[in-house]
Amino acid sequence: MDLEEQGAIQRLVEGRDRDRMVVLLGTPTAGSTMMVALTLTQGDPSYAGPLAGVPLGLPVYHVLEEQVKAAIPADVYEREIGPMEFVLDASAIVSAMGRAREQAA
Amino acid sequence: MLELKDKLVLALGERDGIPAPAIRACAESAGGQVVYNVTQCFV
Repeated sequence: MDLEEQGAIQRLVEGRDRDRMVVLLGTPTAGSTMMVALTLTQGDPSYAGPLAGVPLGLPVYHVLEEQVKAAIPADVYEREIGPMEFVLDASAIVSAMGRAREQAA
Repeated sequence: MLELKDKLVLALGERDGIPAPAIRACAESAGGQVVYNVTQCFV
């Protein structure tokens, strides 16, 4: 997650109703998923951006997680996500989300 | 199941993964309001 994006999200979260916010990720790997999830929950792990030391604590999900898939009409999910569901390593991404949540807890 | 109805959704897509417009379409179809969306590209 680049520094400009970190700043934009920080301003957004601080300026609106954060209790209603949910982050949905479309990251392609376990590593990128972990990095973004940690940045938006605990703060920037690289300590390079505006979110360094800023634990936003946002609820973060990946669109390949079952609980997200179940929330979306099946025809929409199939059209928008379907092809990539089989290209990306979904099990590794879901595992990374689990580890990120454990670290954030 | 994740409840998206009336949630403010931040859609963070990536070009090599799932782009933000696809995430936005999913979130809105489930009743969420997308307040931020970006598709990152690291090429």
